[in-house]
Amino acid sequence: MTEPQLCEISVPGRRGIRFPKPDVPLTPLPESFIRKELPMPEMAEVDVIRHFTRLSQLNYCIDTGLYPLGSCTMKYNPKINEETSRLAGFANIHPLQPIETVQGALALMYELQEWLKEIGGFSGVTLQPAAGAHGEMTGTLIIKAYHHSRGDLQRDKILVPDSAHGTNPATSAMIGMRVVEIKSDARGNVDLEALKAECDQTLAGLMLTNPNTLGLFDENVEQVVELVHQAGGLVYGDGANLNALLGIARPGDLGIDVMHFNLHKTFSTPHGGGGPGSGPVGVASHLVDFLPAPIIGVIEEGDDETPPLYGFVTPKHSIGRVKSFYGHFGMFVRALTYMLMHGAEGLRQISENAVLNANYLLSRLKAFYKLPYDRICMHEFVLEGRWDDAPEIHALDIAKRLMDYGFHPPTNYFPLIVHEALMIEPTETESKQTLDDFADALIKIKEEAHTNPEILKTAPHNTPVRRLDEVKAAKELVLCCGVAPETE
Amino acid sequence: MFSPHTPTEKEEMLRAIGVQSIEDLFQDVPKAHRFPSLKLPPPLMEMEALAEMQNFADGNETCRDLISFLGAGAYHHYIPAAVDAIIRRGEFYTAYTPYQPEISQGTLQAIFEYQSLIAALTGMEVCNASHYDGATAVAEAVNMAVAHFRGKRTGIVISPSLNPQYTETVQTYTRNSTLALTGFELDPFSSPDSLLPLINTNTALVIVQYPDFLGRLFDYRKLIEAAHQSGALVCVAINPIALGLLTPPGEFGADIVTGEGQPLGIPLSFGGPYLGLFATKLEFVRKMAGRLVGETVDIDGRRGYVLTLTAREQHIRREKATSNICTNQGLMALASAVYLSLLGRQGLRELAELCYHKAHYTMQRITELPGFTLKDPQPFFNEFVIHCPTSAETINAHLLEHGILGGLALSQAYPNRPGMENLLMIAVTEMNSRDDIEALASALAEVSHD
Repeated sequence: MTEPQLCEISVPGRRGIRFPKPDVPLTPLPESFIRKELPMPEMAEVDVIRHFTRLSQLNYCIDTGLYPLGSCTMKYNPKINEETSRLAGFANIHPLQPIETVQGALALMYELQEWLKEIGGFSGVTLQPAAGAHGEMTGTLIIKAYHHSRGDLQRDKILVPDSAHGTNPATSAMIGMRVVEIKSDARGNVDLEALKAECDQTLAGLMLTNPNTLGLFDENVEQVVELVHQAGGLVYGDGANLNALLGIARPGDLGIDVMHFNLHKTFSTPHGGGGPGSGPVGVASHLVDFLPAPIIGVIEEGDDETPPLYGFVTPKHSIGRVKSFYGHFGMFVRALTYMLMHGAEGLRQISENAVLNANYLLSRLKAFYKLPYDRICMHEFVLEGRWDDAPEIHALDIAKRLMDYGFHPPTNYFPLIVHEALMIEPTETESKQTLDDFADALIKIKEEAHTNPEILKTAPHNTPVRRLDEVKAAKELVLCCGVAPETE
Repeated sequence: MFSPHTPTEKEEMLRAIGVQSIEDLFQDVPKAHRFPSLKLPPPLMEMEALAEMQNFADGNETCRDLISFLGAGAYHHYIPAAVDAIIRRGEFYTAYTPYQPEISQGTLQAIFEYQSLIAALTGMEVCNASHYDGATAVAEAVNMAVAHFRGKRTGIVISPSLNPQYTETVQTYTRNSTLALTGFELDPFSSPDSLLPLINTNTALVIVQYPDFLGRLFDYRKLIEAAHQSGALVCVAINPIALGLLTPPGEFGADIVTGEGQPLGIPLSFGGPYLGLFATKLEFVRKMAGRLVGETVDIDGRRGYVLTLTAREQHIRREKATSNICTNQGLMALASAVYLSLLGRQGLRELAELCYHKAHYTMQRITELPGFTLKDPQPFFNEFVIHCPTSAETINAHLLEHGILGGLALSQAYPNRPGMENLLMIAVTEMNSRDDIEALASALAEVSHD
C-alpha cells in the first residue's frame, strides 16, 4: 500500500488549524506585494496526523531495533531527554532576550562547556557548530587562523588518512586548503613513512579520526601527533568516534589540538532522520583565542550570596560566528541531561560496553566473514561483505537481506580502503541477546549466499518497498509533488 | 546507565572474546593516558536529573512569562499540538539519515513533501532537504554561486539590510578566500538602489532579504533585473510566514531563495535547532549542496523515494563535493512540513494577515506617543523600527520592569555604527493580544512623559 502525497490528499476547503479573528482594527494590505496564489495543501487535522503517522510506520528506527551503522553511533536515545528539552523554561526563550532573563540557559551552556572540556582534555569549547561537518569547518578555520596569526601564510596543506570520513576532505577543500591523502599501513594505522614524506613547511594540519573508521585505535598515535607538531602543523581530531574513548583516553592528553564532539552520536541526542545534530569544538590552550564568537563566560564572579552572572564573550582573535545565535540549544539540554545521569564512572562504562559489544560481535562473526585487520577493535569493526566462492554476492546484497531478518544493515562501501566493506557499530545499548540474533542472521545469510544466492540478489522481500530504481530517480528528477517530470 | 548487560552476560562476552577483563580491550591506548580520572560529579538518577534541569529552566523568564515583541530572526508563534505529536514519534526522531530507502520511506517521503511545500511557498522549482539555519543557508548560496561561475566571478554584493548575523556567517565561511564582499557596510536604512552601482560583470551573487532585517518590504524587480543583466545570480532570504501574504521571490526572478524556517512550527529554544530553507531553479540543481529526495519506483513498480544526485555530496565526492554538509535539520524540516499541512492554503494566509494587522496597529499606537516615530515609511510585514526619544536600551530596561520584552535595540545588532542608539525594532505576531499591545503603549507612554 503506497501512501498518497499531500497534494493528492488535499481537498479544497478543508481546514486544519484556525486562528482567532483579529482583535485590532485592520490596516489596508500593501496591494502591490500581495501574492495571487498560495498553493498549499488543504487538510483537516486528522488527515495530517494520519498521513504522517502512516509515513512514520514505514521507517526503521532505534526504538524498534538494532541500528548498527558504523561511525554513526546509533545508540538508544533516552526518553527523559525529550522531556527536559521541552521544559517551558527552555523551549520558550528567545535568543536575544537580555542575559539577566536567561541565566538558567547560559548557566546550562557554561556547564556543558565545562563537561566537554573535562571529557576531551581541552582548554576551551564552543557550542556553536550545528553538526559534525560544521564543527570540522570551524576547527579547520581555527587552524588556518592560528597559522596566519604567526605569519605562516604558506601552510595550506591538510593531510587526511585514506580511512577518513568524506566530510574531512570536503571540509578542507571548502575552506580553501589543499587535501593530500595519507595511506594506512598493514595494521590499519596511519602509515608513518607516508606521513613523514608530507611533513614540510606547507603543512597546516592532519585530520585524524581515532579510533579510525576501521574501528582501530592508532597504535602510533603519539608518534603521529609528534611528527605533525614537529613540522609545525596542528592535529585535528574527528570526534565522530569518541564513543570509544569516554573515560578511556582524553584526546587533548594525546596531543590533539582541536576536535569536534558529536552530541548526536556520543551524547545520545537523536538523529532525527538526518538531523539536527550538534558539533561543539574543543581546543587546546594555544587556540582558545580563535574560537567562534560568542562563547559563554562568567561576566561577574559570584560569591556566597549571589550566583555568578553568565554572559557572552568574544575571544580575542575569534574567527567570527559560524551560524545564527549560539548553537543547537535543544541538543545541549539533552546532552547535559545524559551526562548528568552518567557522571565520571558512567561515562567510562559507556565506552567500555561499546567496545565490549563490538568485540563480542566480532568474535561471533570472524569465522564467517573476512576480517581485513585482525586486531582487538574499539567501538566498531569492518568486515568484507564478499566471499571468493560466491563471486556474485556483494556487500549491498548482504545489507538488503539483513532487512528481511528485521535488522537495519551496517554501513556498507565505507571505509573505501576495504573491499565491499561492512562497517558495524553495535553501541553499548544493545543486549547480548540482540547481538546474538544479529550475528545469527549474518551467519545464516552467509549460508544463503552459497546455497541460494538469488534470495540475496532479490532482497529485501519483506519491506514496505523493494529495491528502488535510483537511475530513474536521477534521470527524471521528480523532486516535488505534482510537478511534471523533467527529463535531462 | 542505558546498557542492558548483567555481570554474568559481561563475563560470557569477555570469555567469548578471549580476554580476562574489560581493561584488556584497551591495550592500544598509550598507558600514560589510559583511564584518566575525570573530575566530574557522581551520576544522577532520572528523577534527580529532571529536577536539576528544571532548576536550570526555572532560571529563565520565558516569552510566556513576559510579553514579547522580540523578533530579529526568531519569532514567537503558536505551534499546533499536532506538530509535536508527529516529531515526537520515535519512528521519526530515532531514525538515521535515510541511506537505506527500503526501510526509510517514511523519512524520505516526508522530506519529499517538505521539498514540495517549500518550493510552492517560495515559488521555486527545487528545494533541498535543509541547511542548519537561515545564516548558513545564505553562506551555502554564496558557495553555490561561486561554484556556478567556477570561481571566475568573485564579487558578492550583500544588502546592508541583510540580517547582520547572516553577513557575519558569510564572512566567516569566506575567510581568507579571494571573494570580495561589498554592500554590507552601507547604511542599513538605504534602499536597494544603493546596491546598483556595486553590481558588475564580476558579481557572482547579490543577496537581499524580504522582508529585510529591519522589517521593510521592497520591490526587488529592478535590482534583480540589473543583476541578471550583469550575469549575476540573486539570492533572496525570506521569512516563510510573510510568504503567506507576499509575492514569492520565484515570481520576481530570484535564482536562490533561502530562509530561516524557525517560524514554521519550531520552538524558540534559545536559538536552535532551527531550519535553513534553500530553494532554487532546476538549472542549478547539480551545483546545490545538501540532500535531495527524488521520486521513483521499486522493482515491483510501486512508487517510492530515494536520495538522489548524491554524486554532489561529500560521502561520494570527498574533496570535490559541493559542500561538506552531512547532518542537516531533518526533524525540523518534518516539523515545518506538518505545520504547513495543518495551516494549509487558508490558515497560512490568515496567520500572515493576523501578524500584519497586529504589527500595524502596534506601530500606530506607538507612533501616537510624543517622541516616537516610525524610522522608515517603507511598507512592512510584522516588524518595524521605531525612533525613540531616548536610548532603546534604556527603554527596554524600563519595559522589562513592566514584564515586557521590548524588542531589539539596534545598537546591539550594529555595535560599531553611529546613530543606532535610539532605534528599537519591534516584532508582532499572533501571540500578541490587543491587551499586550496596549500594555506596551502604556509603558512607552511613561517614557515619553519623562
